[in-house]
Amino acid sequence: MSPLAAGPIIPNFGHGNSCVTGDHIFCWSWVRDHWNDTLGPALVQHVELTAIAVGIGFALAFTLALLAHRFARLEHPFGVFSALLYTIPSIALFQLLVPLTGLSWTTVEIALVAYTLVILFPNFVAGLRSAPAEVLEAARGMGLTRRQILLRVELPLAVPAIIGGLRIAVVSTISIGTIAAFLLPKGLGYPIFVALGNPTPFKTEIYSAGGLAVGFALACDAGLVGVRRMLSPWTRRGRT
Amino acid sequence: MSGAARIEFDHVTKRYEGRMEAAVRELSLDIPAGCFCVLVGPSGGGKSTALKMVNRLVPFDSGDIRIDGRSVRDLSPVELRRGIGYVIQNVGLFPHMTVADNVGTVPRLLGWSKSRIGTRTAELLELVGLEAEYARRYPAELSGGQRQRVGLARALAADPPLLLMDEPFGALDPITRVRLQTELRRLHREVAKTVIFVTHDVDEAISMGDRIAIVREGGTLAQYDTPDAILAHPADDFVAQFIGEDRALRRLAMHTLADVPLETVSRQSRETVSSRISVRTAVSHMLESGSDSVIVVDDDGQALGVFRLDQVEELL
Repeated sequence: MSPLAAGPIIPNFGHGNSCVTGDHIFCWSWVRDHWNDTLGPALVQHVELTAIAVGIGFALAFTLALLAHRFARLEHPFGVFSALLYTIPSIALFQLLVPLTGLSWTTVEIALVAYTLVILFPNFVAGLRSAPAEVLEAARGMGLTRRQILLRVELPLAVPAIIGGLRIAVVSTISIGTIAAFLLPKGLGYPIFVALGNPTPFKTEIYSAGGLAVGFALACDAGLVGVRRMLSPWTRRGRT
Repeated sequence: MSGAARIEFDHVTKRYEGRMEAAVRELSLDIPAGCFCVLVGPSGGGKSTALKMVNRLVPFDSGDIRIDGRSVRDLSPVELRRGIGYVIQNVGLFPHMTVADNVGTVPRLLGWSKSRIGTRTAELLELVGLEAEYARRYPAELSGGQRQRVGLARALAADPPLLLMDEPFGALDPITRVRLQTELRRLHREVAKTVIFVTHDVDEAISMGDRIAIVREGGTLAQYDTPDAILAHPADDFVAQFIGEDRALRRLAMHTLADVPLETVSRQSRETVSSRISVRTAVSHMLESGSDSVIVVDDDGQALGVFRLDQVEELL
């Protein structure tokens, strides 16, 4: 069991220095003291939460997008279904799932995966469709098979749209992931909830956990931009 | 694969679903190996459709198309297409591949070794007039004319005996267009392939084609002959109208003074012109200067004879 779940160990207004007891705007000493028992584990859990949600969401969206690309008839129903999912507020979706999957990690992940799917699916489909008509005609005319056209032309050309979708999905999953603390004492949302639960919300804890979530999101986003540059060098060079 | 192939259209008909009119009707054409054949006609006349039936991008309903006697239906579309060069108006270069990778597409499909593809790519870039440094560029870094040169190199990569070109210069500015037309003619003499070239531009057809097939609306063949014969004897009113009222002048433009019989030099002629210029240009010179004859000289300035204005009639 994580130390977070053990009970209200923070903030302890009776202990610590004057910054903490006085609930000043931001206390580095509190962050240092509680990195190992609060912030660090919460960050690790948040990374896991996000990685699993985006990973599963990516695999599902990719498969569905390939199917929709191959069988045009499927795209509309897929799109409507995922759009409907997105209209359900996240807290309500958690509530709907609790009777089925309980107050569990699974419930949280199902909801998060659903949201990534809504973002990723249309982006992936648009990406696969972004190959210009004349490029596809030339490819067919040169004797590429359907599979070769997908692997050598359509997929590489879809990379910018795929990464674009991932960037939005990752950032929004990190953000929505904080709400998971409604169900489970996990992730960067939990320290925030605990701090808000005090008669006077403990500012340092809110800012540090929130700041970590923002930092994590920015780091992921920068990483994805780097990956896109590496995978699609042609987008960087225009007519000289 | 190499050399040139004879192409036969044998009563080919194509009807698109939901259309009353056939796109191509009973089209028969015999294109000799090595011929530069231009399909020309009004827009929507079915010439592009006819072209795409050769590499089976468009399936035909009846009749047959044979390449060196072998029906295009004998091969799978993929195999067939790898043996035919294909160039389209908007080029369709792969934006995510460098020029070298674009050119090497078909050789890679055919499983050539890396070194062979590299050598071939360098050779082709030179052939189409691009410096070696372009090999590493992406299509977005090229001008329209350069892209079409790469498109041509890509189509020639595996040395196919047949090249299909669908309005390849239609999107280029007039200057680039004329330059590429000239180079394509030169290239055709060098590589000796059968070319089927679609255009709606009569001037382009006349200047490019060894033979011209004029296709009228509804996809029927109006006339199939050399440009000279078509200009001299249009088969009917449609052809006459299509090639234009000034067909006599167009014919004069096709011949240089080196092609025509000249008379011995007399004193009356003052102006000298090169034997390389067209009869049409020579006539223009005479009309401008008010003289009725010019002295024709060769590249060394040696007089070959006299060309008189009243000889024009005999040429037509």
